[in-house]
Amino acid sequence: MTDIGHLNQALAAWSPAQLGLAGDVLEVVRAPHPVLATEGATVDPLDPVMLALAADLVATMRVSPGCVGLAAPQVGVAAQMFALDVTGHPKTRTCHGVFVLCNAVVVESSRQEKSREGCMSVPDLTGDVKRPTRLSVTGVLPGTTDEITLSTDAFEARAVQHEIDHCNGLLFLDRVAGAHAVYPRKVYL
Amino acid sequence: MSQLAVTVIGPDRPGIIADVTEALAQVGVNLEDSTMTLLRGHFAMMIVCTGPFGPVKEALEPLRGELVITVREMGPETAHAPLGAPYILSVHGADRPGIVSAVTRMIATAGGTVTDLTTRLSGELYVMTAEVELPPSAELPMLMRALEITAEELGVGVSLRPTESDDL
Repeated sequence: MTDIGHLNQALAAWSPAQLGLAGDVLEVVRAPHPVLATEGATVDPLDPVMLALAADLVATMRVSPGCVGLAAPQVGVAAQMFALDVTGHPKTRTCHGVFVLCNAVVVESSRQEKSREGCMSVPDLTGDVKRPTRLSVTGVLPGTTDEITLSTDAFEARAVQHEIDHCNGLLFLDRVAGAHAVYPRKVYL
Repeated sequence: MSQLAVTVIGPDRPGIIADVTEALAQVGVNLEDSTMTLLRGHFAMMIVCTGPFGPVKEALEPLRGELVITVREMGPETAHAPLGAPYILSVHGADRPGIVSAVTRMIATAGGTVTDLTTRLSGELYVMTAEVELPPSAELPMLMRALEITAEELGVGVSLRPTESDDL
């Protein structure tokens, strides 16, 4: 594993302003909606429709309390695109700020850890999921054509994998650590 | 149609779940929450479901024998409103009587409630894992100290830590 903790500058410098669109807040779909179980299509990162989707994902993520990531299938579009921003989360170490990634693929991962995950598309349940804490992912920023490599760890690594799973039609429920690893969500405010 | 609690206990064999749920499906039962595990080789399952009480009892009758099956009507569904923040309580150490009662009494005294509990005896090692909710009024440092004292008396280790779940 290379460059953990070393930020990909193109990714870290990317800003939703580069999309040149404000983005609409879309409705977040909930399981058992079939789109959440559909493998997303590869996207053309230069396609204006996809740029608009990128802006919508950021806008929807922004208005959703506690939301650190949102994948296209969660707004009803079976496509390989997600928005992420783990800035300020206590478990974050390496942090690339806000970004949208297209056609992301995990190329290297290591050091599994179990943690309890929740998801806006499965609002009433949480589950224990084991995931690598060190991760390298390739993908393309919207509006560009160059493939970039994102190397990250800790919470950003977990969040990226959760979103890539969405892009492939998988929920955390598909990865829970055992028959007794799904829990009613405990919301206490 | 009413909400029913079905319990099934007995020596394990392949096919118990298939047999029970098939019998339930045949009388139009809709399964809701259920849990099943093996407790030292004994099959133990509880199902909350919606269906007709009489026909359900009748449908399960042929499975009785080695299996002890009960069917009860439950009151209206009640949503469990969390009474406070969730924690995981772990206790492990040399087996002896009274570990669970002593530790859960501490939680109850603090106004807390257990929402999930598993215990396992493995040789001499006794392991208890519980999900608990503690009310805002619970004084955590005092509870922790009380748990430690109790654990020390029992000769076991105890930990109480917040259940963290990350929204992704």
